[in-house]
Amino acid sequence: MASGTAAGGSRPMLTMVKALNTALRDELSNDPKVLVMGMDVGKLGGVFRITDGLQKDFGEDRIIDAPLGESGIVGSAVGLAIRGYRPVCEIQFDGFVYPAFDQIVCQVAKIYNRSLGKVRMPLTIRIPYGGGIGAVEHHSESPEAYFAHTAGLKVVTCATPSDAYWMLRQSIASDDPVIFFEPKRRYWTKGEVDLRATPAPLHKARVVRSGRDATLVAYGPMVATSIQAAEAARADGRELEVIDLRSLSPIDIGTVVESVEKTGRLIVIHEASVNLGMGAEVAARVQEKAFYSLEAPVLRVGGFDTPYPASRVEEDWLPDVDRILDAVDRSCAY
Amino acid sequence: MTLHGQISPEPDLIQLLTPEGVRVSHPDFPLDITDDEIKALYRDLVLVRRFDGEATTLQRQGELGLWASCLGQEAAQVGAGRALRVQDMAFPTYREHGVAWCRDIDPITLLGMFRGVSLGGWDPNENNFHLYTIVLGAQTLHAVGYAMGVLRDGVVGTGEDDRDTAVLTFFGDGASSQGDVNEAFIWAAAGNLPVVFYCQNNQWAISEPVERQTRVPLFQRASGFGFPGIRIDGNDVLACLAVTRMALDEARSGQGPTLIEAYTYRMGAHTTSDDPTRYRLSDELETWKHRDPLERVRAYLVRDAGVGQDFFDSIEAESERLAERLRDACRSLPDPTPLSVFDYVHTELTDELAEQKADYSAYLESFEGSEPADKSQAWPLTTVGGEH
Repeated sequence: MASGTAAGGSRPMLTMVKALNTALRDELSNDPKVLVMGMDVGKLGGVFRITDGLQKDFGEDRIIDAPLGESGIVGSAVGLAIRGYRPVCEIQFDGFVYPAFDQIVCQVAKIYNRSLGKVRMPLTIRIPYGGGIGAVEHHSESPEAYFAHTAGLKVVTCATPSDAYWMLRQSIASDDPVIFFEPKRRYWTKGEVDLRATPAPLHKARVVRSGRDATLVAYGPMVATSIQAAEAARADGRELEVIDLRSLSPIDIGTVVESVEKTGRLIVIHEASVNLGMGAEVAARVQEKAFYSLEAPVLRVGGFDTPYPASRVEEDWLPDVDRILDAVDRSCAY
Repeated sequence: MTLHGQISPEPDLIQLLTPEGVRVSHPDFPLDITDDEIKALYRDLVLVRRFDGEATTLQRQGELGLWASCLGQEAAQVGAGRALRVQDMAFPTYREHGVAWCRDIDPITLLGMFRGVSLGGWDPNENNFHLYTIVLGAQTLHAVGYAMGVLRDGVVGTGEDDRDTAVLTFFGDGASSQGDVNEAFIWAAAGNLPVVFYCQNNQWAISEPVERQTRVPLFQRASGFGFPGIRIDGNDVLACLAVTRMALDEARSGQGPTLIEAYTYRMGAHTTSDDPTRYRLSDELETWKHRDPLERVRAYLVRDAGVGQDFFDSIEAESERLAERLRDACRSLPDPTPLSVFDYVHTELTDELAEQKADYSAYLESFEGSEPADKSQAWPLTTVGGEH
């Protein structure tokens, strides 16, 4: 059923950009009701080229260059969904989603509930997010907690090309609305994508590295950073378990709890500001479910509670290997 | 010449039935309609006014948390509602009780929403009438997206009357200031979409007069977006029917969007929580009483169509039966069960929600016959607030 088999057989090495592009292409081929809509998604192929070549192959009626307005993109996608379509909206950058916030929170998230299950909202809203690319303001934000807080939405994020491919396909196929966060600084990372694999469930976390001394929970752009931190810790004789949360709503807390029962220590890492972020929720749930397993307080490593800074200082602001290791030290010293 | 000398004066309304009940013809908007059809419209108007009034009464009796009355706007709504074909789709605000009536939505369903037993709950695709939308103007974008779907389904401009489809969306003078409404205009124009924007200018957005929203007549905004706009007497059911029918016909045939401004008046309060005596003069109300949408049809039927008292008596009796049915049905609407809040959050219950539901269920069962504290006094039904 996958079309991206030309180069590299059924297990090609793809950038995340190409993996996402292939996922869109395969879902567009599978289901004539799938539409892609957003700004510059047509001839340009999107500012990150995620939709490159799609309009040429699927036409202007299915790859829709929308007028410039995020509320309009999402609001019209709601209407298309009511009419039986399955729109995939592209929001150009994280910091531009807010004009669509009302449509997402009040309509996308609630119409299924308001209609007592009679109207489904099979929308996927793709949002490139996170920093580390030297951008101007509003192009580096991590707004995932706003959406994870909203009942009726599902929120996921990928960390690898393989997850990018499969999780996007699963999101598009889902009858629930999914906010799909793409870690833009990992767009050009290559990885193997098994196009014939049986993918893991969309809302299941994954242990990407096992260890016994402490657990690192991360998602999206911070998974790679956490793996680097775990490799560095090994040199100090510490074995860190790394979990890619993958789904931010619902959260697969069971996988995290199982790990904490083994390691006794937990550090949650994300780019978003720590105040009321995903780390707060993970920490709260883990202390509810694994209180007696904890050897130390759950720690959070994240952005400070400041506006995202100017790019020349963003690398200081963003969590990195050293800040993660510092938290590991504090946890182990407790 | 000055740039600012160009704003045109308030134009005349399109009118086919005067407030005195005299049929007048308009060269651009001929309406071929029989007296029997006018009698049917009159029946709609009377029954809508009756159930709307009954709902206000039920709110006063504590049976509804809130009601947003459409008193005074019946013609604007029935005229538009009866212009729709079966296959057309309507996207209402929360005050389109007259359109709901024309789309065969049982009024008791609307009452349920304002009583607080549901958030809507009807199937929009069953009667092609979307759920009431409370956030102002949001539904105009849904209409635009639906119209994009209609276009992609190839049911515009086929020439087949029972296939060609249009979308009709409602909003008010207040919502015309919303970004979503303006984005919807842009989407509709850019895509030449089969959608008709139907603005009921009822002169008031809660306490703010229409002058607070605009310095040009609202229908004129359409020209800036690149499609026709027209103002009609919103209290003249025949003008509303004729012009909406024409706009929908043009949308179905592929000619694109229209903005209709139905010039009318909100005779009642914004909602039952509102007190209009704080912000408008009774003189204004008296003026509009002379333009009542029902009286002019009745006057026409009696004087020019020779309709006898029997007809009016039978409508009156029917409205009595409707009111009685609604009173009984409203009082016996079942409250949702506590655990029902977990239904229809997602298409399948997530593990997280299953756990919350199980915990809450166990909590409820832990009372073992002793009732949890009575929560019924926590929110007096009569003081729940409203939207704009």
